[in-house]
Amino acid sequence: MTDIAKFEELSQEAVSKHRSLWGDVWIQFRKHKGALTGVFVFSFITLAVFIGPYIHDIDPSAINFKKRNLGPTLSHPLGTDNIGHDTLAQMLAGGQVSLAVGFLAMMIALILGTMIGILAGFIKSLDGPLMRLTDLFLALPILPLLLVIILLFRDTLRTLYGPEAGIFMLIVFVIGITSWMHTARIVRSDVLGIKEREFVTAAYSIGTRKSRIIFRHILPNILSPIMVSATLGIANAIITESALSFLGLGFPPDFPTWGRLLYDGANFIQITPSRVIWPGLFIALTVLSVNYIGDGLRDALDPRLRGR
Amino acid sequence: MKKVTNKSLLKVDRLVKHFPITKGIFRKKVGSVKAVDGISFEIKERETLGLVGESGCGKSTTGRLILQLLPATAGKVFFKDHELNSIGSADLRKQRLQMQMIFQDPQDSLNPRMTVGSIISEPMIEHQRLDRLQRHERVEQLLNSVGLDPKVTNRYPHEFSGGQRQRIGIARALALSPDFIVCDEPIAALDVSIQAQVINLLEDLQEEFGLTYLFISHDLSMIRHIASRVAVMYLGRIVELASSQELYSRPVHPYTKALLSAVPLHDPVLEKKRKRIILIGDVPSPANPPSGCHFSTRCPVAENNCFKTAPEWREISSGHNVACHLV
Repeated sequence: MTDIAKFEELSQEAVSKHRSLWGDVWIQFRKHKGALTGVFVFSFITLAVFIGPYIHDIDPSAINFKKRNLGPTLSHPLGTDNIGHDTLAQMLAGGQVSLAVGFLAMMIALILGTMIGILAGFIKSLDGPLMRLTDLFLALPILPLLLVIILLFRDTLRTLYGPEAGIFMLIVFVIGITSWMHTARIVRSDVLGIKEREFVTAAYSIGTRKSRIIFRHILPNILSPIMVSATLGIANAIITESALSFLGLGFPPDFPTWGRLLYDGANFIQITPSRVIWPGLFIALTVLSVNYIGDGLRDALDPRLRGR
Repeated sequence: MKKVTNKSLLKVDRLVKHFPITKGIFRKKVGSVKAVDGISFEIKERETLGLVGESGCGKSTTGRLILQLLPATAGKVFFKDHELNSIGSADLRKQRLQMQMIFQDPQDSLNPRMTVGSIISEPMIEHQRLDRLQRHERVEQLLNSVGLDPKVTNRYPHEFSGGQRQRIGIARALALSPDFIVCDEPIAALDVSIQAQVINLLEDLQEEFGLTYLFISHDLSMIRHIASRVAVMYLGRIVELASSQELYSRPVHPYTKALLSAVPLHDPVLEKKRKRIILIGDVPSPANPPSGCHFSTRCPVAENNCFKTAPEWREISSGHNVACHLV
């Protein structure tokens, strides 16, 4: 016992100063160079997209046939397209939509997937039905399903919330409910492993309620796969949205999103390659930075990796 | 040394646990693993009952059945005046205040994402209305009594050695000042040098807080050291139960004799003379135990009758019970 006391004394300085959980997380997060770069790039993109239009105040839908297919000039830093839209203005306006769609759709998929995964893993009688439901969703051909849903509900939502807000909600919802399955499967398998661990039995023996066991003991221990699917989910949602827009079932054609700009620009790749490069670059940068942030956050939230 | 009163704290009555074996896509039941097969015993206030047996004989299952962490197939557990098997979950939760468990693997029994402080204060959050400051005070007090620096509350389990982690587990078990603690092989995962520390700590705590232990172990010398009475288990049944002194000096069941003959002695002269009783064969599968006495297949002195009828549980002298036809 005395040896331990001595050992404790030696390491006291590390202990005595007050440490808060989020303080620790931040200290560890700062050590992850990739994650810091990710935060920087992602906040730059977000700021540019939401504040940029106030600085570069050309209307993204203004058409100017005299200035078609321009290269970079002072008044049009990224040039113009074949009907004289300003590419930068379109990029900024499209970024707002793409980021919002990506984020919200990812959140819906994440919450749904985590919930279904935890219920399936934790409650034995729900495991079979919920996993078969997941298989069902995985087996459904997603694109035709999306098309049918959008065709069915587009007009109702348009009349209710206006053409843009209506279609925005529809797209976010549709992408969300068709991409939760992988998260659910991964979460379930992790829950199955964690719930047999002795610390969960210990929690039962203490008399901890089931809901608290889920939130206090199981959820924090399955954070890493959730983080990973979250970062991948954003990318997926941005790409799916552009595919929908390309098929003419997403946002109206004059409403820019990164995916839409990419597909529109693809036809003109030989005349103005920058119309493809910029949206592609920004999608890639967003996905990459979110991925790195997720990576850093996952490491920082794991106490075993902290302090290394 | 121990003030054992004669009041019984816990009574186990013909406890049975069968785990079903299922097969095929329809999960048809094709048999069952008889992990615990009708055991009865009693634990008196402030005593330590040792439960020994080789691995797979149902020791840990017994511990978990007593704490209602597993539903029993049949039989009853009485704690104080309550029958734990039939009371509702809300009442059971209240009883959990008074009975706690110390686990075998200190690595696995502490949530790696929680700080030591929150691990130890979890039972208080669940059962008591204390504010943050009172909880913190109690945590420091508990860490002190298990011999850890009270300043470690902000640290995580992986920052501690095995012995220290086990102390954290003990502090958690003590948090609600329980009367009864099931120690499920608390020293099996520790170094020998640390084992003695933890055992001494458990003894000190028993003295200090008037605890009652069910001490599950396969280490016969440790059991001899800590337990006042010892129950020997074989294949889901208790074969012999006696006071520690009686059992180690005058074992009567052939299985107990064989077990004890395997313990090395301190005295080299005696050690040279020690004759081991080597049992032939393996422990039969608990899914298909032998008829009659479970030990009959390996018993060196088994007779015809042993293979047919299960021996009765009887008292051969005061406080010395055994299940064998031949004594």
